[in-house]
Formats: sequence, structure tokens, C-alpha cells
Amino acid sequence: MNLVAILIVRRGETGNPSWSRFEVPYEPGQSVLDGLRRIRATEDPTLAIRYSCINANACKECMILLDGKTVYACTARLEPREMGLEPLPNKRLVRDLVTEIAAPDERLKT
Amino acid sequence: MTGKHEPTHLETGVLIVGAGAAGMSAAIAAHDAGVAVALIDRSLIGRGGATVMAQMTVAAAIGDEQPDDWRHHLADTLKAGRGLCDERLAGLLCERGPQAIRQMGEWKVGWAHHSDGRLRQVEAPGHDRPRCVYVDFLNTGPAVSRSLRAQVQRRAGTLRIGDLCVTDLVVADGAVTGVRGFSMSDGRSVSIAAHATIVATGGLTRLYKRNSASANMGGDGYALALRAGADLIDMEFVQFFPIGHLAPRLVGMDPIMWDPFRYKLGGQLLNSEGRAFIDAYDVAEDGRYKATRDVATYAIIKEVEAGRGSPSGGVYLSFRHVPAARLREAFGPVIDRLAANGIDLTRDAVEVAPIAHYHMGGIRVDENFETCVKGLFAAGEAVGGANGANRLSGNAITEALVFGRCAGLSAAARAAKARTYAWRDASEERAASQSSTQNPAALIVALQALMDRSVGPFRNQAGLQNALAEIASLRAALGDAPPEALRGFDMRRLDWFDARNMLLVAECVAQAALARNESRGAHAREDFPVPDPAFSFNQIVRLKENRVVLGR
Repeated sequence: MNLVAILIVRRGETGNPSWSRFEVPYEPGQSVLDGLRRIRATEDPTLAIRYSCINANACKECMILLDGKTVYACTARLEPREMGLEPLPNKRLVRDLVTEIAAPDERLKT
Repeated sequence: MTGKHEPTHLETGVLIVGAGAAGMSAAIAAHDAGVAVALIDRSLIGRGGATVMAQMTVAAAIGDEQPDDWRHHLADTLKAGRGLCDERLAGLLCERGPQAIRQMGEWKVGWAHHSDGRLRQVEAPGHDRPRCVYVDFLNTGPAVSRSLRAQVQRRAGTLRIGDLCVTDLVVADGAVTGVRGFSMSDGRSVSIAAHATIVATGGLTRLYKRNSASANMGGDGYALALRAGADLIDMEFVQFFPIGHLAPRLVGMDPIMWDPFRYKLGGQLLNSEGRAFIDAYDVAEDGRYKATRDVATYAIIKEVEAGRGSPSGGVYLSFRHVPAARLREAFGPVIDRLAANGIDLTRDAVEVAPIAHYHMGGIRVDENFETCVKGLFAAGEAVGGANGANRLSGNAITEALVFGRCAGLSAAARAAKARTYAWRDASEERAASQSSTQNPAALIVALQALMDRSVGPFRNQAGLQNALAEIASLRAALGDAPPEALRGFDMRRLDWFDARNMLLVAECVAQAALARNESRGAHAREDFPVPDPAFSFNQIVRLKENRVVLGR
């Protein structure tokens, strides 16, 4: 049987929220970040998720909400069920799952 | 969604692109030399890039375990480089390494040490004695990044900007006068004029499907420098880390994590017949960690080819002979992280296989880390030549610290003499393509598969020629203009600029590999399996009328 993970992802910028539903093949051991990267390469290259180190949990950039709980997308496992993904609620939303997490003095001045 | 922000233009003395160990070391040195500094990164300051990924070893002849001298370190470095090292650069790395290590100690990086204060040093393959310091547990990279970032933050006036993607260096009258790019956080066009610009963007391992680096390591600095008129050197020499994790699937851990395990615990590489095979490739390991990266990569691929590989296409790495208490003592919480991934080392051997890890090649610089284009400097892994055809374990962080400092001082000297900005950016903003059907993320995946298949650790003429043809067709598919810009965090646009750089750099690697009709260090040709003394020279890559050309 071909299992799928169904990712329900909060999309857009501040003020115009929407949701996208993606199905990715479930393979045991994969991370949520694996699933998001796969969606970007196969379905929707505009899907925004912040990460640098790719599954090593070294850069600590990929923090999001999974079913309301704060996780790193690179260590949370993909599961063969519906999974709700949202940006961090306490940071300024940039796009989709990306929030402004840089220290204020390490950003471009607006 | 477009045009919400006016373009931003900034000016500085020394501009550093890339905020890993090399970039941050350069920023510290340039600031302390008294010039204005801007440090920018496409990711967050001190988080992206390769430094934060470093697991363990940093090589320097500090002699805390055994008497040592930087000349011994240099001899090992040159030997590993198989005759192709730039001895000036390798000499700087080895001679100034100890000072850089002590400095990091003063900056509280937390090197592992004995109770009497001497630093702990492990013996890594290719070194003649214990020479590599580290931070426990598998924490060298994060600790180095954190310490340097704190030092940069303490230097008032140093401009630090993350989420800023540089698309091109700006050249006026034959000199680099700054950069142009865009802000990831709001899509705004940004230009920065500088008296001196340092490229510290790291390597190119993202060109490969199986890689141990971050999403930032697509060789963008090489492409930026090449398009600005600089030379690249040794582009065929990509280091494959022999025992990258393959299976079972691990998340939240770097695939090169088995390196520290081998330093501390030895371990055994086994083929599918359960035999330790590395001895058959002229290295007597005897349960210790001796084989250099090029030799071990070769041995593993040959075992797999001979049908003695593991189910996932690698070989086994076993620590089953090591008692649980010893594993716990050596790696503490890492054992729990492995358990969370379902791995018990007392019971399970893991599968490992070569994985793209580091680039020996890079931007050609002189002993002041300046390129042949005035005003353009390079530092860290972005520099080519110091490590020749194969890098020793432990030299990467050392070179980042040493070369960063050297480049920072050289760039500061240039900036201190400058009076006015030569900034003149005649280029037009790239017109956006109306087509939104292209998926540059998919194109990058295709390129990575191609590079793994045809420009990986084992190469041959037909494969390399095919790769060059495929790269050309991918370039045609990418087109000349980026997709229409969204406002904030436009990853499709970022992927487009990344793919543009990656394709150019991939072509450089494949061209240089095709021309080197021998096997040497990390460059192994199936059709020319032995070293040829006639190839004891470095290949130079240049751009002439937008074409990649090779020279000496």
C-alpha cells in the first residue's frame, strides 16, 4: 500500500492567509523538511521554508508549528496522516512558513 | 506584490560576503585594523554555511599532546595534496594555525582539554601525530560560529546583515567596487559599494545530491568571482567524505557524524561478507582510523562495484565491538539522539558511503588573498590551492580562521588607502521573465543527480562529456531571466539565481575533470587510473567572452 503524508500548509504573507494541501509519498524515517523540499521540487517552487543545514539540526533556522506545537522541521518526522504546518506565531510573518527570526541588529534596516 | 520598496544603497570600507568562520574572522581583523566593515550573508549571520556543520577536528601544531611543529603539519598537508598544494597558502595555514586556535580558546570556544589545561588532540588520518582539537560532543562548528559571532557583535559599528543574497559583484574600470543583490526578507534590490570585497561563501558541495553541507554551498562565490574576471584553480578536486551516513535514515544529525566516532573509537569498515576490506587497498587500519579520504572513498566504491556492498549501496561501519559504557563516555547525549533514530551501536552496524564534503579548488589568490581583479579578495573554503588534490582532516576550520584573518587585514589595508568610491553600476536590473512555469528547484535536483552520476568520485571521459552536454541543456532550460519577483522570501527567485551559479560552477568542475587525464587525490578517472607526472600542475579556469576556458 502506498501511504502518503498530507501536509496542510499555511500560505501567504500577513493579512492574506490561505492554506495549501499537499500529498507526499510516505517513507519511514523522513523528516517534515524532506517533505517540504520534495513539494518545492515537484509541485510548488514558491513554497517558502527557511533552512540552511538540511536535516542536521545545526543551523536551527527551520522552526515551525506542527499541529500547534513548536518543532524543527528537520527533526520532526513525516507521518502517514494529515499534518498541519504553520509559521511561528510570535514572530513577524514573512511568507508561508518563514518568519523574521534574525536578531534586530543583524537585518537590513527598513 | 512587486516594487513595494525602493532600492537600498550602502557604502562601506571592507565588504565581506559570507558569515561563516572565514567571513567572521575577516570582519574581526578588518574592524580591528580600523576600517568600516559590512558582513553580509544570504542566510542568518553565523548560522548558514559549512562552519556550523563542522563536527569535530581542527588541525594545528599546538603540541599539547605530543611535541609538534607547524612544519610537520605542513609536510602532512603537502603529502595529502598529492603534489598540487600552493605551498605559500598551505604554509600560512600551518604556521598561523596554532595562534588561531589559542585565540579561539581565549574567546571561550571551549576546546576539549585535560585537567591540567592542555588541549585534547586526536590523531586524524594523514597526520603524523595527534594534532586535531575539538569541542564535545560533535559541537566544534556551532561553538566556533557562536564564539566568532559574539566577537563580531562586540565590535561596534560593524554592519551585519543577514537574509541578503548577492547576485553579482560590480566591476568598474577593472576593479571590484562592491556587490548587487536583493534582500530575502522583503525582495528589495540592494547594492553595496566597498573599497575592498572579500568572498567568503564557502564551497560547492550542494552541486551533489548526496552532500554534507548546507543549502548555501552551491559554489556561488566561485561564480561571482569568475564572472567578475577572477581565476579559479583546481576545480576538478571535490573531496568526497568516505563514510557519510547512508542508512538507516537519520534526521537531526549531520551525515559526516561518523568521523568523530572513528577518531575516538576506531571502528571497522566491513563489506557485505563481514570482512574488513580497507587493508586490501594498501592501508593497514587494524581497527584504527588511518585511511585518508581519497583512499577510503576509492576503496568503498570498489567494494560496492565488486558486489560486496551493503543493501543501500555502501559498506558497513561497525562499533559493535565497543562496550556500551565506552560509547556513552565518548559521545554522551549523541547516543540518545541515535537511539531516537532507532540505532543501537552495540547491536547495529550502520551503512555509509562517500558524500560530497569539501572543495579543494576555488578562487585563485596571492599570498595577500587578493585575486587578479583589484579590490577582490577571498577567504576560507572559497580559496583554492592550499589543499591541492586532497585536503587533510582538520584543515578546513583552520584555514577559515587563518585565511579569514589574512584576507581581512589585506582588504583593510586597501580600504584604508582609498579615498572615494569608484562605484558605477551600469548594469540594468534583470528584467523578470513572465514565464512562471519553470521550477528552478526541480532543475537543481536534476543537476545534483547528474553531478552524482557523472562528476562524482569516479569519472570517465564519456560521462564527463555527457555531463557537459546536460549542463548546457539545463542552462537553456533555466533561461536568461529570473522569475517575476515576489515580495518576501521568494525562494523560486533565490533558486533561479542559485541554479545560474551552480550550472556555471558545475561546468568548471566537469571541464577541469575532463582535461585531467589521470587519477590524483580526490580526482579519480576510471579511464586513467593512475597518477601521471605530466599532470603535476594546477589547472586554471577563466571566463572568456562568457565561455569557460582552461589554462595553466
